[in-house]
Amino acid sequence: MSTLEIRRWAPTGDTVIAVQRGPEPGGAGGLYRAFGETLRGLKTTFGRLVEGTYVYQYPEEKIPVYPRFRGRHKLHRFEDTGLEKCVGCSLCAAACPADCIRVVAAENTPEQRVSAGERYAAVYEINLSRCIFCGYCEVACPFDAITMGHDFELSDYNRDDLIFTKEMLLAEPLERTPLRTEDE
Amino acid sequence: MSLVTATVGYAESWWIQILKSLIIFIVGFSMVPLALMMDRKLMGRFQNRFGPNRVGPFGALQPMADIFKLLVKEEFRPRTATGFLFALAPAISILTACVAFAIVPFGNTVDIFGTQVGLYGIDPSIGVLFAFAFSAIAVYGLMLGGWASGSKYSFLGAMRSAAQLISYEVSMGLSLVGVIITCGTLSLTEIVGHQESAGMWLFIPQFVGFVVFMVAAFAETSRPPFDLPEADAELVAGYNTEYGGGRFALYYAAEYFHMVIASGIAVTMFFGGWLLPFGIDPPTWVDPIVVLVKITLVIAIFVWVRATLPRLRYDQLMSLGWKVLLPLATANALVTAILVTVLD
Repeated sequence: MSTLEIRRWAPTGDTVIAVQRGPEPGGAGGLYRAFGETLRGLKTTFGRLVEGTYVYQYPEEKIPVYPRFRGRHKLHRFEDTGLEKCVGCSLCAAACPADCIRVVAAENTPEQRVSAGERYAAVYEINLSRCIFCGYCEVACPFDAITMGHDFELSDYNRDDLIFTKEMLLAEPLERTPLRTEDE
Repeated sequence: MSLVTATVGYAESWWIQILKSLIIFIVGFSMVPLALMMDRKLMGRFQNRFGPNRVGPFGALQPMADIFKLLVKEEFRPRTATGFLFALAPAISILTACVAFAIVPFGNTVDIFGTQVGLYGIDPSIGVLFAFAFSAIAVYGLMLGGWASGSKYSFLGAMRSAAQLISYEVSMGLSLVGVIITCGTLSLTEIVGHQESAGMWLFIPQFVGFVVFMVAAFAETSRPPFDLPEADAELVAGYNTEYGGGRFALYYAAEYFHMVIASGIAVTMFFGGWLLPFGIDPPTWVDPIVVLVKITLVIAIFVWVRATLPRLRYDQLMSLGWKVLLPLATANALVTAILVTVLD
């Protein structure tokens, strides 16, 4: 125990910075100051009144989203051949933390070619009422077949309507969301 | 045998009184949605946003939509509620508010088609005590409502309301004693008359009284920063937790009505009622408009303060009421009394 040296921390000179304390509350002075501070607060809020508003009137004015905004998913086709990019590998379904993707794969045949690979997704469903829009499916996809779009206005009256099928995901979405330009 | 009575300043024939009370009732109830709308719109502006602006032009029909929504809702009643009182309590609240509004004068006695009519509901010689009497009865509305709901939150809210309202009633009354001493009368029309002859509105000589009155008025109407009765973060909604539909609408309207009344009394006592500044003497028909505009401006102060100050803690509320406002009001009354005696 003798090796333990107790050193008091006793700063001196420049290391000591005196904290500025406000006056003690209470008393007549405190009352006077409280009154003054209240007036100062009133002035501050009045300044906000003069300043005007900073509000987007949402359904009419939409805030443009960033290019990497993660909205509703899209499935893609090859532009030249028109074949689906998705090969039904189910990696997206495996990566999905919310377990909202269902893929049922089927073999491509020479008569019916749907995708570029050996197999294609016969069923591809995303339950958007479960999706958390994390974008892991997009990352997991080896063929960039699924990407996150920009659409975020997805409310519906019926839960069943929020299960998006392959046709809905492949269809060119109605661009309802403005995209931010480069300088915005 | 002596009977304590109050004389009424000027009494008209019965049909004028009925007409007058109808008109004042209608005006009062038009002020309520106006106060509600101002509260929401101004509050929005103070926070850099528009208030409600969807219903009607500039959202002007929002209060109607709110009231309609409340009226078509289910009148829920908890199983633990005491039926009769549960229904009666909101009625007490709104009734006392309506009655108290009757003493706010909108002008002096005027000559309408050869008939002398006072532009006020009633001008009793006890004047402002009448308003205090009814705002004291209004506490029953809150307390009975909270108690009859048979719910913990309601009861706690009611207890808080009662304690707050009774505490601040004292300072509110005392803050007006200075005005009453200066004018030598309790009648509200005569107080305005005194301000006219003195050529100075009373908020200048009675500034301390005015400040105390305003602070107490915020507490009396349970407006922020004294909205402890319905402190949303602590109690669910205070005494009206279990109320819904039309009864809630009554409570809600009563709250705003109290605000209008407090503004009306402030205007009459401190801002010269129907008088205009700088000795402008407009025709008589302008008087009620002047009063209404002044009331609206005072309501704007209510909203402004709401936008500025955070809610007080319960002990802070009590210590402000009893340790600050009450001594201030008492000192104000004392100093005024001494000055009035010395200067006479």
